[in-house]
Amino acid sequence: MSDVIATNQTILVVGGGISGMTAALEAAECGKQVILIEKSPSLGGRVSQLYRYFPKLCHPTCGLEINNRRTKMNKNLRIMTMAEVAAVSGEAGNYSVKVKVSPRYVNENCTACGDCAKVVETEFDDEFNYGLGKRKGAYLQHKMAHPQRYVLDPRVIGTDDATKAKEACKYDAIDLDMQEEEIDLTVGAIIWATGWQPYDAAKIQPYGYDRIANVITSVEFERLCDPHGPTGGKILRPSDGQEAKNVAMIQCAGSRDQNHLKHCSRICCMASLKHANYVNEKYGEEGQSTIYYIDIRAIDRIDDFYRRVQELPNVTFTKSKVASVVENKENGNPVLHGVDTEGYNRYANEHDLVVLAIGMEPSVPADAFPVEVKINEEGFIEADESNGAVFAAGCSADALDVNRAVQNATASALRAIQVINSVAGAEG
Amino acid sequence: MSNLNTEMIEKYRNNFLKEVTANVEEGEWVKMCMQCGVCSGSCPFGPHWDHPPQELFMMIRAGKREEVLTSSSMWMCTSCYNCIVRCPRGLPITHIMHGLAHYADRLGMAPKEQPTMKFAHKFWDNIVKNGRVNELKLSLGVYFMNGIAEGIKTSLKMQAVGLGMYKAKRLNPMEFFGGHTVKDKSGMQAIIEKAKEIEEAKIKKFEG
Repeated sequence: MSDVIATNQTILVVGGGISGMTAALEAAECGKQVILIEKSPSLGGRVSQLYRYFPKLCHPTCGLEINNRRTKMNKNLRIMTMAEVAAVSGEAGNYSVKVKVSPRYVNENCTACGDCAKVVETEFDDEFNYGLGKRKGAYLQHKMAHPQRYVLDPRVIGTDDATKAKEACKYDAIDLDMQEEEIDLTVGAIIWATGWQPYDAAKIQPYGYDRIANVITSVEFERLCDPHGPTGGKILRPSDGQEAKNVAMIQCAGSRDQNHLKHCSRICCMASLKHANYVNEKYGEEGQSTIYYIDIRAIDRIDDFYRRVQELPNVTFTKSKVASVVENKENGNPVLHGVDTEGYNRYANEHDLVVLAIGMEPSVPADAFPVEVKINEEGFIEADESNGAVFAAGCSADALDVNRAVQNATASALRAIQVINSVAGAEG
Repeated sequence: MSNLNTEMIEKYRNNFLKEVTANVEEGEWVKMCMQCGVCSGSCPFGPHWDHPPQELFMMIRAGKREEVLTSSSMWMCTSCYNCIVRCPRGLPITHIMHGLAHYADRLGMAPKEQPTMKFAHKFWDNIVKNGRVNELKLSLGVYFMNGIAEGIKTSLKMQAVGLGMYKAKRLNPMEFFGGHTVKDKSGMQAIIEKAKEIEEAKIKKFEG
C-alpha cells in the first residue's frame, strides 16, 4: 500500500460508507483518479448493517453488491481500508494529507477461506452487531465484506491465538510483523464522507437504556431482524432470549430535544415504520407494534409507506413523547409511562421490548476534525467557501436517509471534479 | 412577509394567547410548546391535576380563558422543576405555571379556597409589610388559616419545632411586636406600588 502515488489531480474520499463509495465511484467513473480511505476493515458502512431499506424494503446487500462490483471494475479507484486521516494542510487544488494505516496482519494472499478463524479461540464483542453478539479474534467483518480479506484483532497479537492463526493459513497470508504506517498523499480535492453514529442512548436517562435489558436502539433492532445477525433473524429480547412479539417504538429518542440533539434526524420515523413492518411480517396477527411519536415525519414521497403501515391491523400509533420507562422486575418487561396528546390520558403500558428510534449524530465530533471546515450548531459540515476544496458528502453534511445521502454524495463528487478540472487546466 | 400575510396571521392569532403572552410571566413561551407531553408525564403531581401543563398550553391556544384562569391546576405545581429539565424545547414550565396562577389571582378568577393561594397571600402580605418575613406571624397565620380549633391543634403539634428554632435563634418571640424591617421601608413599599401600577395598566389593556 505504501506505493500509492497521488497528484494534485487526485480526489481523496474519506469514508467508505454508502456516501463515500458513491462519491468515489461517480468521480472515478468520470475518469478522475480517486483514493478512497476507510477506517474499518471493509467498505459499506452503516448501510451494510441494515436488514432492509425503506421504502421498498429491499436488502442493502443488493445495492452494495452493485457498488462492490463497480469498485472492482474501476482502474481509477484505489481503496485503502483500516486507514484514517491524521492531518491535512494546504489549499484547494493542493492538499497534503497524512494518512495513518493500521495493521491488518493479513496480506493480499488471503482467500477468505476462514481457516484462521476456526483455530482462533478468543472472542470479542462484535462491533458489526453493535455488541449484540461475539466474533472471533480473526474475522471477516461481514459476509459481503469488500475487500474479502480477514483481519486479526490487534488484541490477539502476541498471544497463542496469533501463532495458531499463522500456522493454520495455507496461503501465507498472515503477517504478524505488520506495523502501523503513515502515508503522505498529495491531492487536489477532498470529499469528506465520515457519516454518522447513533446518539448515545444511555444519555437519555429516563428511558433506561443502560439499566433495562429490553430497551434497545433501532440500529440494534436491525441486527436482530437480519438473518445474518446475532439471532439469525429472530426477534429475541436480550434479557431472556424470548421472542418479543409486543414491541414499542419510541420516536425522537435523542432528536428534536434541546437536552440532546437539536435537529430532527429524519430517518427515525421511517425506521420505526419499517420495524413495525418487520414485526408484522414475522408474527402476523400475533405481533403487536406501538409507535409513540410527537409527529410522524415521513417526508415527501415516503408518505405512502406511512399510510400502508397505518392500515396494518396490529400497529398502533400513540401521539405522545414517552416520559419514562420502568422495568417490571418480575418478567423484565419495560413499562412505558406518559400522557398522550389525544385526550390527555395517562398511560402505563407494558411491552416485551422497547426500540428507541435513536437520533443521528456526526461520527466525527466538532472539535476532532483533522481538517479546517465550517461546522454548524448540530456538528455537521456546512457548505462554505472557507472550506476550500473540502466537500462534505452524505451524513457528514446533514442527517440524511440513504437516498438523499447518495444524491448529496454525487453532488459533492461533481464539486470535487470541478476543482480537479481547474487544476488540470491551469497546469495545461 | 407581505402585509396581507401578516394580517391573516393576526386574524388567527388568538386573543387569550396574546393576553397570556403580554401579561403572564414567561407567557411568551406558551406558543413554543409542541405538545409532546413529556412535562405531563414527568410531573410527580401529574395524576392529581385537572389539566396537566401540556393541556393548559393547548387550552390557552384554543382561547379557553375562563377554564384556564379558574382552574386549580397551576396551583398544584410544587416547583420540582422536572418539567423544565425534560422539556425538549426548553420551556420554563414551572415559571409559566406560577405566572398563570399569579395572573388568575390578580384578576380575581382563582378558585377561592385553594390552600396554596391562601398561603401565598399570607406570605405576600407578611413580607410587604416590613420587607422582611416575620417568621412567627407567618407560621401562626398559616396554622390558624382554617379556624381556631385546627390552629391550636397544629400549634401544639409544631411546638417542638418552634422551640428548636427558638434555641437555634431562628425564631424570635419578640417578632410578635412588630419585627425587623428593611432599612428603607417606605422606599421598598413605593417600589411595590409602582410595580402594581404597571401590572394593572397591562391588565387593563385586555379588559376592553
